[in-house]
Amino acid sequence: MSSIITVGGIAKTYGETIAVNDLSFSVEEGEIFGMVGPNGAGKTTTIECIEGLRQADRGEIQVMGLDPIRQERQLRPLLGIQLQQAHLPDNIKVWEALDMYASFYDNTLDWEDLLEELGLMDKRGTTFRKLSGGQKQHLFIALALLNDPRLVFLDELTTGLDPHARHNIWDLVQEVRQRGKTVFLTTHYMEEAENLCDRVAILDQGKIVALDTPANLIRDLKISERISFQVKGEWKSGALEDLPGVKHVQRQGDKVVVLGPANGAQVSASIVTGVVNALAEAGTQFSDLRTEYPDLEDVFLTLTGHQMRPERSE
Amino acid sequence: MRAFLKYTWVEIKLFLREPMGAFFTLVFPLVMLFLFGTIYGNEPDAMFNGYGTVDISIPAYTAMIISTTGIMALSITMSAYREKGILRRLRLSPLQPHVILAGQVVVIFMMTLAGMLLLILAGKLVYDLRFDGRVLDVALAFLLGSVSFFSLGFVLASVMPNARTAQVVGMVIFYPMLFLSGAGMPLEILPESIRNFSKYLPLTHVVTMLRGLWIGESWSLHTTEIWVLLGMTLAGVVISSLTFRWE
Repeated sequence: MSSIITVGGIAKTYGETIAVNDLSFSVEEGEIFGMVGPNGAGKTTTIECIEGLRQADRGEIQVMGLDPIRQERQLRPLLGIQLQQAHLPDNIKVWEALDMYASFYDNTLDWEDLLEELGLMDKRGTTFRKLSGGQKQHLFIALALLNDPRLVFLDELTTGLDPHARHNIWDLVQEVRQRGKTVFLTTHYMEEAENLCDRVAILDQGKIVALDTPANLIRDLKISERISFQVKGEWKSGALEDLPGVKHVQRQGDKVVVLGPANGAQVSASIVTGVVNALAEAGTQFSDLRTEYPDLEDVFLTLTGHQMRPERSE
Repeated sequence: MRAFLKYTWVEIKLFLREPMGAFFTLVFPLVMLFLFGTIYGNEPDAMFNGYGTVDISIPAYTAMIISTTGIMALSITMSAYREKGILRRLRLSPLQPHVILAGQVVVIFMMTLAGMLLLILAGKLVYDLRFDGRVLDVALAFLLGSVSFFSLGFVLASVMPNARTAQVVGMVIFYPMLFLSGAGMPLEILPESIRNFSKYLPLTHVVTMLRGLWIGESWSLHTTEIWVLLGMTLAGVVISSLTFRWE
């Protein structure tokens, strides 16, 4: 086993709030490891404990065999970190930031090459304040890669970016891994975790509720479709829950999600007919009905009983 | 060392790109000098023991610059850097925490020094500035005054929740002190009652010390100032090292 990170039973509380509770996992060299969960699930606390920015109340963390708090000085040059809440001075120019941060390390990549690869070459003389959200994130990635680290941390990298910028960043992260680096990322976009990560740890309320490859997590759901539709006003889920093959019904605002049928259940066909008939019988006004394959979002839903989806529309 | 030089050089450029800070440190004192220089000239005046308005204003305006950079620039920059997470990003690099803070102090000191040198240059060129002190004495007094106010700035940066509050509190401290300490206008023209109050303002001690050494007075006349400013520095360092937060 070549675990680059091992976390054993860490816990962290802030006052009365338990941020992280008894987490244990390891990250293997060369993989893209994702930690997903809603805001407040403990992702940032976990990543910052591993980075050595926070000290866990208990538990053990080793990064490349080093303790991130006690051996911080040895570890710093080996890590590349993009923080969720970090910033550069408004008036610093792109090239100045890279040139300055490069001077802090003994060994660095050529920052001009990095700018070129990240598509920021024409922005080299632009001040930080004038960059778009996506360009800022590209610059933070450049800073995180500057010291040619073995391990790169990316915390909520694509939050607040439009889909196009987000897909660009995904490509970049793939490239980083192809260079043989290990990537540890957090996100609250399930779609991002599913597309990008080799393995995903799903966090909810400070605990890991599942950890596996996205494909395995979805397969273990043993569910073959997701039906979603919109309803208006009063609505009761009872009739649907009793339908054969329906495993889970959840309402969030006007939106209803029905999961089923369980693979291998005694229902041969799709459950759509049953759902539609039941809705029609009850005289329910519904719209925008669609069926999809289940994804990580549904894994989260069935494991925790609540939905992450509202955050996707941010 | 290369890291430190790069870092301070970038911070100097950033300081100069921030219009407010650069204006009040480098330009505003010159505006004051030319304004009052034009009104009063630099003729010897009995009120100032035979020195001219410009002669006594330059050390006083130097004290003004020290309080501007210490109370305003340093504390606002540090609080803003903390608030925005710029300090966090810097701390993730191998740059040592004390180097990060020392860099800020060095940059602010150099900008303060530049402000003073511009005043002296303008005084020499335009008003035939008279200087009867010793350069080393004035330099030491300048250093002491700067360090004491920078430590005050660090205290503000440490205890203020954000840059906005640091700015407001800084202004509340700065403006009355500017006018009542003899930094903005000579103490000699202020009434006795105000002058009695002025003794309790830290900036008054910087003004008195710089003006005294400027005209060649001995250090022994300024022991009060030395103790007050050393005490302020010590208290500031202790308080800010106990309360300073990186985030």
